[in-house]
Amino acid sequence: MSRLNADARHRIRLEVNGRAVEGEAEPRMLLTDFLRHTLGLTGTHVGCEHGVCGACTIQIDGAPARACLTLAVQVDGAKLHTVEGLAPEPGRLSVLQEAFRRHHALQCGFCTAGILMSLDWYLRQTPDPGEVELREFLGGHLCRCTGYVPIVAAALDAAKRLRDA
Amino acid sequence: MSWVGQSIERVEDAALLTGRGRYIDDLGTPPGTLHAAILRSPHAHAMIRDIRTDAARAAKGVTAVITAAEVTRLGGPLLAGIRAPIQCWPIAVERVRYVGEPVAVVVAADRYLAEDALDLIEVDYEPLACVVHPRDALDPTSAVLHAGLKSNIASDRSFRYGDPEKAFAEAAHRIAVAVHYPRNSCTPIETYGVVADYDPWEDAYDILANFQGPFSIHPVIARALKVPGNRLRLRTPPDSGGSFGVKQGVFPYIALMGIAARVAGRPVKWIEDRLEHLAASVSATNRMISLEAAVAADGRVTALAWDQVEDVGAHIRAPEPATLYRMHGNLTGAYDIRNVSVRNRVVLTNKTPTGLNRGFGGPQVYYALERLMQRIAIELRLDPLDVIRRNLVPSGAFPYKTATGGLLDSGDYPAAVAAAVEDGGLAALKVRQTSARAEGRLYGIGYTAVVEPSVSNMGYITTVLTPEERRKAGPKNGAQATATIALDPAGAVSVHIASVPQGQGHRTVVAQIVADALGLAPKDIRVVTEMDTARDAWSIASGNYSSRFAPAVCGAVQLAAERIKAKLSRAAAAQLNVPAGEIEFAGGRVHARHNPDNALPFGRLAAASHWAPGTVADGDHALRETVFWTPPQLAAPGEDDDINSSLCHGFIFDFCGVEVDCVTGELRIDKYVTMHDCGRVLHPGMVAGQVTGGFAHALGAAVYEEFVYGDDGSFRTGTFADYLLPTTMEVPTPVILHYESPSPFTPLGAKGVGEGNCMSTPVCLANAVADALGIAEIDLPLSPAKLAALLPRGAP
Repeated sequence: MSRLNADARHRIRLEVNGRAVEGEAEPRMLLTDFLRHTLGLTGTHVGCEHGVCGACTIQIDGAPARACLTLAVQVDGAKLHTVEGLAPEPGRLSVLQEAFRRHHALQCGFCTAGILMSLDWYLRQTPDPGEVELREFLGGHLCRCTGYVPIVAAALDAAKRLRDA
Repeated sequence: MSWVGQSIERVEDAALLTGRGRYIDDLGTPPGTLHAAILRSPHAHAMIRDIRTDAARAAKGVTAVITAAEVTRLGGPLLAGIRAPIQCWPIAVERVRYVGEPVAVVVAADRYLAEDALDLIEVDYEPLACVVHPRDALDPTSAVLHAGLKSNIASDRSFRYGDPEKAFAEAAHRIAVAVHYPRNSCTPIETYGVVADYDPWEDAYDILANFQGPFSIHPVIARALKVPGNRLRLRTPPDSGGSFGVKQGVFPYIALMGIAARVAGRPVKWIEDRLEHLAASVSATNRMISLEAAVAADGRVTALAWDQVEDVGAHIRAPEPATLYRMHGNLTGAYDIRNVSVRNRVVLTNKTPTGLNRGFGGPQVYYALERLMQRIAIELRLDPLDVIRRNLVPSGAFPYKTATGGLLDSGDYPAAVAAAVEDGGLAALKVRQTSARAEGRLYGIGYTAVVEPSVSNMGYITTVLTPEERRKAGPKNGAQATATIALDPAGAVSVHIASVPQGQGHRTVVAQIVADALGLAPKDIRVVTEMDTARDAWSIASGNYSSRFAPAVCGAVQLAAERIKAKLSRAAAAQLNVPAGEIEFAGGRVHARHNPDNALPFGRLAAASHWAPGTVADGDHALRETVFWTPPQLAAPGEDDDINSSLCHGFIFDFCGVEVDCVTGELRIDKYVTMHDCGRVLHPGMVAGQVTGGFAHALGAAVYEEFVYGDDGSFRTGTFADYLLPTTMEVPTPVILHYESPSPFTPLGAKGVGEGNCMSTPVCLANAVADALGIAEIDLPLSPAKLAALLPRGAP
């Protein structure tokens, strides 16, 4: 295990959404701050900084994780996926994103990136979820606008379309 | 075919779904911007004997440390809605009065360094006795928060409408409830943010903040910064991560960061963290209410006597005590009750100051009123639904003037209730209850009828003043809404509104309205909603609150569109050689009604006043139209303290079936039906979103959420692991029904719909729980621990 100097900035090389990137961070810098303010990927949001709300959820090496509970230096050499990488191309949304728009599954949109990153992973693991297990999975995300009903509907709709595709 | 009324996809969503939103912390800052962190009080009530900041000032990366000394030298206090010999500052001056009150601000090169330096500030506190419960605030022997007041009662007003004494004397029954509505907040997922800059050469502040309005607060901030309004440029970012009223409460920090930027000589940015937000941003008011009814033998209510003690926390922050007066015109709810007495007291306690929060006064008032209606039924052995029906404002009585001066604009309450009972399946729900009870389960049904006010009268808060004080202060009334429509040199249409959306899709709905008016498609209309007080049309009523978008702002948009359309029609008439009254706009063209081939492309007509003003008659130049609209019904309070506190009044009737677990006390919602009459529905998908979202907020307030304070004023719910928000596992899908009675007072017939369930749902659930457990008294939250303690004896 490498030892880091608390007062020094350390070079971090990683892959984000399929592209190699690098930046510097002190050991104490949160991954959320590194993503947002060093790499300029502001789509990942900060809602609580104590791991409860889920707004900052990204995928680290293929699994969902809270970026606010991760230090930037921990992802040196990792592969990250963030909301900026979800759409297949500019001007075209993914099946999941389209379902969110169609079902009005977002209002202010602040929690949405985290929910999308969790669902993107979950629907690949669980292509045909029942509503109860889907709700249980989404229980790790807080949304204050929608009351969740349209989020659940959008996720079930997206799952069906992905299965039918 | 009209665009309005269709649930078209939102223009906002693609950016938000792809990480391209532009929230305040996404926008970047000017080079050289510094970052602030705030030292906050650990005490609920204490004198500040000394603050030593030398070590912090010398710390790495620190540019400045700001305390009360700088704030009182460079700024002024924050004005409040009542005249009292007390001052409210954006930072603690001489003493702290709640846990989390700002004591010092460190400005440093980054947030990490600023927080490091906070640890180096030493403050000597001398703790004082504190007042936590509003009941104790009424006690003349309790510690006094503000020496200028002599007690903790900041306002005590009594009102009388009709002849309540006579009604009570003649009543067959007097039935009362006493409730204490707890503290909670809608806690948007995005916290507060401010980026402030100060220009010493112009003595002017330029501040970006995720403030939601009302812009009646702008003059308050300008006063606190000691500049005229034209030297406080307040801007908002394009996107906001939710508000629900809460981001009104960022305003003290706008003033504080303005002063920090002035002291530091550089732009200063501050993003609140969640722990700060929960402890010290803002809260809804907690309120003690005693409510008594004079009741006839058949359950008809002939009079109400309200006694309300409103706890606004440690300071009276503008616009408080508005929470207490927002519902004044509809204190009789959905009922035809002609005699009312009211005593309203505002008290100060050692808790976070209160402010806007979804429902704003409604949850508190209806909790008492609708608990009372259930108690009347039970004490008189009547069906609770019959008591509601018997007291409703009758069909055909609209517009109906309430005893306290409200003007209920439209509706048919009995018909809406009948439709809800039928379409919502009440009969089947009663069968479920009967069979559940036969099995020994604790199953209850609750009902609520509510009037949902929208478009606040900017004068209602002056009801707290006596008529004599109001005469001295000058009248306040109305609610200016504004919209601007501009045509560019290529004939494209842009719209600006001052509604400061917080995620509600305003840009989409406005595009629908203007598209309908001008015969275009919504995609042809570009709507901008970020605010800049230096450049945009606005007034004190601007902003995002009191559910004013659909009724007021959309109305102003419609009027602006009609005005520009009238000018374009006259210009087209001259070119097409037909009367202006025969000009029609459709499919991107402008044509003669009886000869559609006699037409012009819209873009060409719309560009004419730029390129060839000489071809357009004077006065018909169609370039940019700004409309200000204020409804005449929103008059100032009268000599008799009658006040039409809101322009529109939607109607809600809810019923639900719940089961309380016989062992754990856990509450399970079996079915929830909510009937809404919000006038004309402009976008059904967004209305459903407002209802469902409001329902979830209400469920949280009813069952899970409470800002808890210890007896010593310590704050006990400072994280999202302590202050519990409902998740997907807790929020069921409500059955939403509609009954449509367009408002005669708004240009499009729409009423507000954003807050109603926060008013109706908490008490509906409480009524159902009271029915399930057979209990007379129940306060929120309906947590499992509380319900378990209330389980009937002999339960398994």
